[in-house]
Amino acid sequence: MSSPTVLFDAPGPKARRRHRMISIFTVIALLAFLAVVIWRFNETGQLEYALWEPFVTPAYMELIGQATLDTLRTAAVAIVGAVAFGVIFATGKLSSHRIARWPSWLVVEFFRAVPLLMLIFFIWSLYGFKNGILIPLILGLILYNGSVLAEVFRAGMNAVPTGQVEAAYAIGMRKNAVMRLIQFPQAVKVMLPAIVSQCVVTLKDTSLGYYILAPGLTVAGRAIWREYDNRLQTALVLAAIYILLNLLLTWVARMLERRLNRSEANAARAVNEAARAARA
Amino acid sequence: MTVFFDNFDLFLRGFAETAKLLVAAGALAMVLGTLIAVTRVSPVKALRVVGTTYVSLVRNTPLLMLILLTYYGMPRLGIDFGFFGNITLAMGVYTSAFIAEALRSGVNGVPLGQAEAARAIGMPFGLTMTQVVLPQAFRLVVPPLVSQLIALTKNTSLAATFGIAEATFRLNGMLRDYASERWVIFAGYAAGYIVIVAVLSSIAIYLERRWKVSR
Repeated sequence: MSSPTVLFDAPGPKARRRHRMISIFTVIALLAFLAVVIWRFNETGQLEYALWEPFVTPAYMELIGQATLDTLRTAAVAIVGAVAFGVIFATGKLSSHRIARWPSWLVVEFFRAVPLLMLIFFIWSLYGFKNGILIPLILGLILYNGSVLAEVFRAGMNAVPTGQVEAAYAIGMRKNAVMRLIQFPQAVKVMLPAIVSQCVVTLKDTSLGYYILAPGLTVAGRAIWREYDNRLQTALVLAAIYILLNLLLTWVARMLERRLNRSEANAARAVNEAARAARA
Repeated sequence: MTVFFDNFDLFLRGFAETAKLLVAAGALAMVLGTLIAVTRVSPVKALRVVGTTYVSLVRNTPLLMLILLTYYGMPRLGIDFGFFGNITLAMGVYTSAFIAEALRSGVNGVPLGQAEAARAIGMPFGLTMTQVVLPQAFRLVVPPLVSQLIALTKNTSLAATFGIAEATFRLNGMLRDYASERWVIFAGYAAGYIVIVAVLSSIAIYLERRWKVSR
């Protein structure tokens, strides 16, 4: 919160009192909102145990657990595929040959501009609209997220300071070696936040399996609400699961990033110490 | 080829629905997103916490879940804006979180001297924001805001199975009816979306260029 504080002065006694009033008002408004929601739930009978029962019944909990695993597996396969797709097409876009650059540009721009769901429907139609298959979902996710990642990779590679690249060329490296050994390792660190947020996007988009009845959380939810007629409750539970998974993913990524940065700081410190020792 | 052009009115009607969703949800998202962005930089901690929680909850929920909640859930609670209204609400809320984030980064990108000067001549937070910081922040974030609107354009396709006959719904119907022509149909609908995206990005480029000069 260092930069936003420039937007307002340090509060004096009067402003502090006003801020306290606004805080209290915010809390009251929030509580009132929650109260209204709960009251509506109660009034319309949505709190009935029968509607929530499947989420505390072992058999259904198992079903949801299995569906969560399915969703995670779909997301993992899609992310791995998307990274591979992204690397290939980013390399294509960075290529010095026009024959490689042009088609890569076209593919990446096309799949970024077209809605993912439309892509999934089309691939599904190639499979004759068969129910319960994952391939259209996974392929769609790979094509879309791979194209976004290709852009991320390209930007990351270009963000590496030109001095690094020039130095590498100066000591006689070829373009291939420069990209692989100099640009890529430095770019990965810069790109990590963007890659993680794309992983979150991929995980969220696995919910589109709903439209083609591909196994996963949303389809399991559909099975439950068809039996219990509890769409509201099921949607709330599924949303909670997705939020939890995404927060977990973001948290893991943040730990990873911190670790990477620490090892870099360590490396920098080691380099400094070695330099000092050499000078002494 | 002929099948696609024989059904050209369906195609046009589909994209008209898409455009309607885009405008309604986009307007809602802009208003909500601006309000949330302001809470996130406000001097009052309770407001900041509310804004941060809203953004992190909404951003981590799939849009489909929000649609299920507003489309199926809200009517159960006796709250119903009609199916178009309910879906627009879900899309607007979803996009607002991303717009708030884009705007917040814009607010942080406005040179410090601007806000300091506003404070120096005695402007309180409200005036500093509305008269000095936000107008400049909006200009800074035109490209990211428009890319959120482009994302929204693509997200309107999620309305396909919820009673709105927008473009992706029409595409799905035509793919089922004329399987042999599917490549043409797919290319046609893809071109429709690409046109919308191209229009939005050229508006962005125009606004960016125009506002950069006046700064």
